[in-house]
Amino acid sequence: MSDFVNEFWNWYVIITVLVSIFACALLLWVQSKSKFNAGKTCGHVWDETLEEYNNPMPKWWSWMFYITIVFSLAYLVLYPGLGRFQGIFGWSSAGQHQKEVEQVDAAVKPLFDKYLKMDVKAVAADTEAMEMGRRLYLTYCMQCHGADAKGSKGFPNLTDKDWLYGGEPEQIVETIANGRQGMMPPYGGNEEAVGGASGAREVAHYVRSLSGLTHDSLLAGKGKEKFANACAACHGADGTGMQALGAPNLTDKVWLYGSSETTIVETITKGRQNKMPAWQEFLGEGKVHVLSAYVFGLSAAGDKK
Amino acid sequence: MSETQSNYNYKVVRQFAVMAVIWGIVGMSVGVFIAAQLVWPDLTYGIEWLSYGRLRPLHTNAVIFAFGGCALFATSYWCVQRTCHTRLFSGPLAAFTFWGWQVVIVLAAVTLPLGMTQSKEYAELEWPIDLLIAAVWVSYAVVFFGTIAKRTVSHIYVANWFFGGFILAVALLHIVNSCAVPVSFFPMKSYSCFAGAQDAMIQWWYGHNAVGFFLTAGFLGMMYYFVPKQAGRPVYSYRLSIVHFWALIFTYMWAGPHHLHYTALPDWTQSVGMIFSLILLAPSWGGMINGIMTLQGAWHKLRDDPILKFLITSLSFYGMSTFEGPMMAIKTVNALSHYTDWTVGHVHSGALGWVAMVSIGSIYYLIPRLFGKQEMFSVKLITVHFWVATIGVVLYIASMWIAGVMQGLMWRAVNPDGTLTYSFVESVKGSYPFWTIRFIGGLLFLSGMVIMAYNMFKTMAGGKADDAPVLAPAGHHA
Repeated sequence: MSDFVNEFWNWYVIITVLVSIFACALLLWVQSKSKFNAGKTCGHVWDETLEEYNNPMPKWWSWMFYITIVFSLAYLVLYPGLGRFQGIFGWSSAGQHQKEVEQVDAAVKPLFDKYLKMDVKAVAADTEAMEMGRRLYLTYCMQCHGADAKGSKGFPNLTDKDWLYGGEPEQIVETIANGRQGMMPPYGGNEEAVGGASGAREVAHYVRSLSGLTHDSLLAGKGKEKFANACAACHGADGTGMQALGAPNLTDKVWLYGSSETTIVETITKGRQNKMPAWQEFLGEGKVHVLSAYVFGLSAAGDKK
Repeated sequence: MSETQSNYNYKVVRQFAVMAVIWGIVGMSVGVFIAAQLVWPDLTYGIEWLSYGRLRPLHTNAVIFAFGGCALFATSYWCVQRTCHTRLFSGPLAAFTFWGWQVVIVLAAVTLPLGMTQSKEYAELEWPIDLLIAAVWVSYAVVFFGTIAKRTVSHIYVANWFFGGFILAVALLHIVNSCAVPVSFFPMKSYSCFAGAQDAMIQWWYGHNAVGFFLTAGFLGMMYYFVPKQAGRPVYSYRLSIVHFWALIFTYMWAGPHHLHYTALPDWTQSVGMIFSLILLAPSWGGMINGIMTLQGAWHKLRDDPILKFLITSLSFYGMSTFEGPMMAIKTVNALSHYTDWTVGHVHSGALGWVAMVSIGSIYYLIPRLFGKQEMFSVKLITVHFWVATIGVVLYIASMWIAGVMQGLMWRAVNPDGTLTYSFVESVKGSYPFWTIRFIGGLLFLSGMVIMAYNMFKTMAGGKADDAPVLAPAGHHA
């Protein structure tokens, strides 16, 4: 891999860098050969009192300057810096990263391999694995799902028994490994489906009635019909949702975006886009496995309470 | 007030000197406020134009360009006419630099909280303001070099080399880094001419040289005038000033890549940035040595002259930061320090310890002379200011060092299973006590500035805004 489109730039960099370093040394050397007259001024006076002594430069300072120059030249021999030249050590930042990753991977592989052989439920019962899972969670998942895993608006709570895509171990593994793409289509522009803003309001009231929230029964009645036409395909005729599609259950008390009439109308008219990223490639099978067990365990623990 | 050529133009110096103190208070108040936001995150919850992300660039712009900029204008205009023994070139253009610069500052204070930004650190201001900055800066160069051109002494005093280098380099840096394609006037919006790794490199070539020229070369110019003046001693070594001047302005231009260690920037570029940062140590220390050694034979003056205390302490902080800087530029050290509060501490040991203290000392020197007084209203209050400021800086830097190293170590700590020992939030939690100490340090430094403003206005009250007559050069110069 090269950063240079042709040889010219390679040599341009090499020559400019070297000439510049030597120029520093030359400046110091030539100037230190000047005639000094310690303790005497140079003879110029500005603004009544400003004068300059013709003192030599401190020796220790000149030496320090030379040492940094020598160090720099040595560095350029050992490390990349002179154009395409990689340096005697053959070091590169990408190589250093690669090496460190390999070392860590080799060191931790047996740990994760051990759990990979066990099924998720068994891993979830292992205290040591759960400690590892908790640390993985706090590194990779907490940013969205929260330190307590209770989620927030748009980010599911992982400690309850409500699952958008299913809470069985293999479903959790699938969610973490390959990610999920949640999509509620916007019905705002679709007069036929829900009937504009007033229609959306009617559907919202019906949806609220499904989970026993206060609602206007007249509006809900009108909304019921529209729900059957536009919503039931994904959320089911009874509104209990469909995990294969990630369509939420609308009859429970769990609301990903909120249960107010305004929020539901917004969800219906504008739709919702949600995304759980895929982690398989980044984390590898072992970590995904332990993480899945941890998330399974979170929900199971919530169950006990 | 006389406008003839026989007097120095003190008016523009007065204007800039007074505004430096006022903008200092404004800029540092914003700094203390955002420091408070880190301790009490809900302080302005929900008010977007008071959010940390918008106020932080306001703080940096206000202290660097408003406070530091006004201090540089004031001292360079003072120094160049007095050491060239001639009145400042072009009064109207000098007046334009003052009013133009104030408009820039006010526009910054309005647009940054509104969220209008180029998203380039220390170059956030949008294109219409950038154009005004360019116009002011070119005028500044004309006034400054015009004055040099009509000097009545043959030799150009060392302070003017540094001021001149600073003015030229900042013009170059600002114009290149702010190259952008405008898309709308209001809200102000533009897109940078550069992209990807090149954009990052240009930005940090600018960013580091904003430190090197705006915050270093310019203030070294200040130092070379006010330290020998206040100490009443000749500059320690003329030869040292030549070597460190040329080496400093040449080497700084290379050091930018150390801001981009372990990024997509090619390895060779990072290495070159690192080695030139190391070479920069000696040229930087040259300035410190020349300043501090100027006191040789006059150390006793340090005991009861608070202005000299400010100036010499600033040089100590300068020496410390310019040692710390090259160390932090070494890749292995940078791997620990980068992105932590250590960087914040480093910047403030330079910004508060060096830049602010040398400016404060110089302005204390200027104010009585600009208003026809012998000395400041209260010399005792200068001493109080000095101690309050020094304690503030020490608290600030020490807390950021500890917090920074702690963060760096926490972020890299790994468990035997390859997971991170600490989540990010734990490092935030661990930083709280130090952020509180930093807040107190900043508050102390700000209080010092308020004391200064009081002292300044008391000195100005009843003062006469007279312009001194231009002095004839010393005999053998003529």
